[in-house]
Amino acid sequence: MLRKFLSGNEAVAWGAWESGVRVAAAYPGTPSTEILENLAPMPHVYAEWCPNEKVAMDVAAGAAYAGSRAMAVMKHVGLNVAADSFFYAAMTGMEAGLVIVNADDPFMHSSQNEQDNRRYCKFARVPCLEPTDSQEAYALMPAAFEISERFDTPVMLRLTTRISHSNTLVEVQGTRLPERAETPSYRVDSIKYVMVPGNARRRHPVIEERIAKLSEFAETFPFNQMQIKDRSLGIVANGVAYQYACEVFPEASILKLGMTYPVPAGMLREFASQVRRLIVIEELDPFIEEEIRLLGIPAEGKSIFPICGELDQQIVRESAIRAGLLPESARVPVSRPDKGTLPPRPPILCPGCPHRGVFFVTNKLKLVVNGDIGCYTLAFLPPLNAPHTCGCMGASIGVAHGVAKAGVRERNVAVLGDSTFFHTGMPALLNVAYNKSNVTTLILDNRVTAMTGHQDNPGTGRTLQGQQTTPVEFEPLVRSMGFQRVHTVDSYNLRQVEDALKDCLEANEPAVIIARRECALMPEVRKRWLPLRVDEERCNGCGLCFRVGCPAVVKSDVVDAKSGKPKARIDPLLCTGCEICAQVCARKAILTRAQLGEKEAA
Amino acid sequence: MSVRKVNFLLAGVGGQGTILASDVLAAVGLQKGLDVKKSEVHGMAQRGGSVTSHVRWGPKVYSPLIGLGEADVFLCFEKLETLRHVEMLRQGALVLINDYVISPLSVSSGTDQYPDDERIQSLLGSITSNYHWVPGVALAESLGNARANNVVLLGALSHFFPDVETAAWLEAVRERVPSKFVELNERAFLAGRDDMRASGAKPLV
Repeated sequence: MLRKFLSGNEAVAWGAWESGVRVAAAYPGTPSTEILENLAPMPHVYAEWCPNEKVAMDVAAGAAYAGSRAMAVMKHVGLNVAADSFFYAAMTGMEAGLVIVNADDPFMHSSQNEQDNRRYCKFARVPCLEPTDSQEAYALMPAAFEISERFDTPVMLRLTTRISHSNTLVEVQGTRLPERAETPSYRVDSIKYVMVPGNARRRHPVIEERIAKLSEFAETFPFNQMQIKDRSLGIVANGVAYQYACEVFPEASILKLGMTYPVPAGMLREFASQVRRLIVIEELDPFIEEEIRLLGIPAEGKSIFPICGELDQQIVRESAIRAGLLPESARVPVSRPDKGTLPPRPPILCPGCPHRGVFFVTNKLKLVVNGDIGCYTLAFLPPLNAPHTCGCMGASIGVAHGVAKAGVRERNVAVLGDSTFFHTGMPALLNVAYNKSNVTTLILDNRVTAMTGHQDNPGTGRTLQGQQTTPVEFEPLVRSMGFQRVHTVDSYNLRQVEDALKDCLEANEPAVIIARRECALMPEVRKRWLPLRVDEERCNGCGLCFRVGCPAVVKSDVVDAKSGKPKARIDPLLCTGCEICAQVCARKAILTRAQLGEKEAA
Repeated sequence: MSVRKVNFLLAGVGGQGTILASDVLAAVGLQKGLDVKKSEVHGMAQRGGSVTSHVRWGPKVYSPLIGLGEADVFLCFEKLETLRHVEMLRQGALVLINDYVISPLSVSSGTDQYPDDERIQSLLGSITSNYHWVPGVALAESLGNARANNVVLLGALSHFFPDVETAAWLEAVRERVPSKFVELNERAFLAGRDDMRASGAKPLV
């Protein structure tokens, strides 16, 4: 036994490794990314980043078809992308365990919605396991593989941001199960694995029977635990909400559900019969609450606790006081001095970010920008105020095409990053060429999946486990899709970006601009950082450089005598020397790298 | 306040080293044989956004988060961020403020005003008198590297926990910094501890 202080994500990686997982596939997405990053260096495991979650699900299903334990990892919205595959895997079952590790994001710390993916489990008849801390995140992995193999079903391990990103003590075995088979083999079973209607009709009753058997299994599943204490209040809770329940109601009877689909009907009836008032504490949807009500058991949940956002003990306590479950005296006093309005500090494009200049140019040309998911979304804040739409991974191009086909006169462009382009942008780009709209697509190729913390992708030439591979070439790829007008520009060169955009807009045909420049935070790029400087004599405080929205360009204490406006100053601790501001300055008051070099030499 | 059960809130700006500091706090709690949970709340802030970490020590810790009004100790790495999280503090909480400003974009571009020290002190003063300024960056700079200011703050904090040996803190720091920065960080820790000791602030317990 090893005693470790692990995040939920690290614990899942340990649990997966010890379970003998052979193949693991994922697309990075907060809060799930660290799971594969932690698993990848472990021995005897194959782990990869896929272009998207659907591919990851297929890869994992294939490995499980071939008799190897496999897992697919994704954030909640990734399962929307992978849903088609999730459903067939639920229909076919597999030859070895298949676990889908899914991380929901209550409060949308880093997401566009807070969908509750337990719904998918019920939708597809897939059991759902939920840990309440890292120890259980670790222990539920082998449990998930065992259930998967015993019942011939994929199993979802559902995490939330708080479980994924909290560290708690874990006792780990530190040993890996022996391989299931020396050499994996492929067992042909077309009736089971070819989902043509005739076969699928045979499989549907099988999965309905399977979920009924799983309901029985849930009654004795050791992670469903009933603690009877004070019988005046009974609480059913799951995930991190269980911890809040324990903290706020130390005396209450609690039924912890480690399996939230299917629920243990007998256990719930037994628990309900032993307590006077039954409540459910769960984050997001009233999922358990609805399951309990379907059993004909009265229960309260979302009438007391919020459906939106994350819970914490304070929210649970206040809600309980309002509902009369706790006395007023239980309230924890909170001091709320009048702070007025504090200057906000939202996440912003970093100093030196190559995306910044592209948006400066689209603004200059007054273009409507359909954006996508990635760092560039952060440009929507002032002063850049672009993109103007952003829905989900890969949406930018299709939306821009639709806007164009609706007959709008203003020109609009699509903007997305390299990894998002590989993820779901490619079919949409093919559509622009095929159905011929005048959409210009800007692929912001910063040579890495930056938003989630610099993961490799098909453009980087490296795999998750550090193998060299062929980096995809964008130009031949988009040309073969049917694009004749293709520009490649340096994102740092505003003139190049503007000329290419103007050419595409005038041509009025399908066009692609690949705006290339490495993320400024890459280690090899950091070595080239060189802070620029403002020539105070030349600067007249016109303020144009502030419109690029770089944190390194700040107002100086020195005021220009003529204009009465503060001059610009560059924070040497932040500036990387990208020179976007220098190109914007009409008076050439920001000294470039070359000019600084000359001064040094002189 | 008993040292047995402590809620530590750490707040700062992405890239300031709050995560390392919270890892050290967690390790020290574990080393004392306590149950510990730690949670990071950083949203999309890879760089430049507000970040907080929650570390809880206790005989048995349930929630990984600290609720409003529950923070016993607040370690703040940037002055403005102190105000952003004051409602997390319980009355009389211990607050250490790094005397350091990182201007948000809206301040450096001239749209918003950065709160002055008086306003910070009067707002904090309505909740606790037990707050202390730490010259974290100045001390770290005098040792040759401003980035060690997070460890200066930990050193200052250690003064308030006389029952935790300095060696335990230093070991937790050593395990988490690159080997070439071990000596710098040890000196940063001791500088922070000595500075707080010299101020005559009263230890907890």
